[in-house]
Amino acid sequence: MAQALRADPRSELDGVSVSIRDLSLSYGAVEVLGDLNLDVNDGEFLVLLGASGCGKSTLLNCIAGLQPATEGQIFISGKNVTWAEPSERGIGMVFQSYALYPQMTVEGNLSFGLKNARVPKGEIARRIARAASTLQLEPLLKRKPAALSGGQRQRVAIGRALVRDVDVFLFDEPLSNLDAKLRAELRVELKRLHQSLGNTMIYVTHDQIEAMTLADRIAIMRGGKIQQLATPDDIYRRPANLYVAGFIGSPPMNLLPGRLEGNIFHGPLVADVTGYDFTTRPRGAEAVLGIRPEHVRTGEAAAALPIQAQALVEVVEPMGADTLVWTRLGDTPFRVRLDGEDRVRAGQVLSIGFDPASLSLFDAATETRI
Amino acid sequence: MSDAAYPAAAAAPPRSAAPRGRLLDGPAGLAPTRRLSGKRIMIYGGLLIFSAYYLLPLWVMVMTSLKGMPEIRMGNIFAPPVEITFEPWVKAWSSACTGLNCDGLSRGFWNSVAIVIPATILSIAVAAVNGYALVNWRFKGSEVFFTILIFGAFIPYQVMIYPIVIILREIGLMGSVWGLVLVHVVFGMPIITLLFRNYFSSLPPELFKAARVDGAGFWGIFLRVLVPMSLPIFTVAVILQVTGIWNDFLFGVIYTRPESYPMTVQLNNIVNSVQGVREYNVNMAATLLTGLVPLTIYFLSGKLFVRGIAAGAVKG
Repeated sequence: MAQALRADPRSELDGVSVSIRDLSLSYGAVEVLGDLNLDVNDGEFLVLLGASGCGKSTLLNCIAGLQPATEGQIFISGKNVTWAEPSERGIGMVFQSYALYPQMTVEGNLSFGLKNARVPKGEIARRIARAASTLQLEPLLKRKPAALSGGQRQRVAIGRALVRDVDVFLFDEPLSNLDAKLRAELRVELKRLHQSLGNTMIYVTHDQIEAMTLADRIAIMRGGKIQQLATPDDIYRRPANLYVAGFIGSPPMNLLPGRLEGNIFHGPLVADVTGYDFTTRPRGAEAVLGIRPEHVRTGEAAAALPIQAQALVEVVEPMGADTLVWTRLGDTPFRVRLDGEDRVRAGQVLSIGFDPASLSLFDAATETRI
Repeated sequence: MSDAAYPAAAAAPPRSAAPRGRLLDGPAGLAPTRRLSGKRIMIYGGLLIFSAYYLLPLWVMVMTSLKGMPEIRMGNIFAPPVEITFEPWVKAWSSACTGLNCDGLSRGFWNSVAIVIPATILSIAVAAVNGYALVNWRFKGSEVFFTILIFGAFIPYQVMIYPIVIILREIGLMGSVWGLVLVHVVFGMPIITLLFRNYFSSLPPELFKAARVDGAGFWGIFLRVLVPMSLPIFTVAVILQVTGIWNDFLFGVIYTRPESYPMTVQLNNIVNSVQGVREYNVNMAATLLTGLVPLTIYFLSGKLFVRGIAAGAVKG
């Protein structure tokens, strides 16, 4: 049966919009992407998330055809496009720096690709009108990019991808050049756009808020490899390894080194982790216990929980809606996130507690989840 | 959780709420600047002396070119002409003798025009495409290619004079205006290519990527995206090439014949021809006429240059 599937790759690609097979890219001896496999489903919003230099933009450029791959294949809408020109791949792309053609009007920017593809004039006008109404660009059509604000420019750039009538949109950190308020607005606008169009979108960002809010699935990348590919909820609740655990969440997860003996964790605190949902049995005894600052309870609420400890408050950072408290468990710094209404002072001893179900345990040697 | 409020937090009213008067007499607001300090007098005085030093030769040239020969013989080279005459200018343009023929600088002027225009257009066209390809369409060995091209800028001209004579003779362009055009195109290539390469590599690479996604090819991206936003660098290239080629003397005197001499060579022949009296006024007028073209270019393109930069400063 598996043999038969191999014979006709198209059936294997059913419901898959973009498929990346064993993709590698190296510059000389430097490997930027290594043996990467990724399937993006039809209509899915996939976010490639990672710190700078992790290869996420390079991967996007490979999908777009702007960066030839050293090894492997790329399929878009069931077609092998590994050697195809960017314009033949059925993609639209939006860049961080907008990349609008400065000497053309908004209309000229939108129509440039269509004119190159020799789309008939009436069709060009129809598509521009549709994109302009979707993105509220009608009053701006005759303007040059210099006369637009940052948010307007990025909407034009999105429009330029929209008029191409393609199945796959690629976004390369499209909101990173905007100020915080505009970024939040355009983020919602993008999500709305995805819901109404239903296209496949692949979105590169280093901003975990963007990733968490927009994505159907997130691929966290590091060193040219995908660390975890899962829904935002899964990535937040069940990080696959220490890197993901430390990367996602602001402030990040508390990571306490220690030893696991049976179901008892000995570290800066002693914790009975009965009730934790083990994925595999730990091989070694060295382990790392992870707990998110927002999953730590204090005071009376802590007293009812299976794991409890006393922590000395060092610094308090009130942020309005919540308050971040830096404490110390033994020698290990430990962050606790409290409700903004709670009052804590430096020097005070805080009783804390948490539930084994909200923990993450990692093997200290392999750094993977156990 | 301790709900104990911090004491005395809301006791005192905010301090800076009400408008308040000036506290004491003393410095307030913008510091005054003295208009004419000793330092400024030194600066302006120095500038005036230096500009006089540089302008004086020009003054002498213009004044001499407007005088008749009898007045020149009286000396007083700094004095303005008693009787203004444009005769020397007319003579320099149309009837000064260079030994063989007596039709003045006009022949050299038109030769120079016939050399400068094609040489400028060709060299800039080729160098712009070179620079574009070197930045955006890297090929195997493109860096080596670029290094070799730049190295060409450092080889002394003298080394290449004779080989070029042979090449031009073999391809049958020796002595013609087109031969000189070819020489100027080749010699302008390194520096103008460098100019365009640097400019194109300063443009955001995303622009090039976006155009590729939009289906534009090698020429489409160059002509419809990059060239329209490159007015400033084209202006700089035109200034460099027009003035450089117009002022060239060495190649002009080597690779052309008397009937196709450029204006600079013609000027030299007029000034240096020893037949009877030296007509200083005609020489001065001829020199000014020859220098007028680069001067005009500087004035005209200076304005265009500023406008070009303003037009190119758009961050798309």
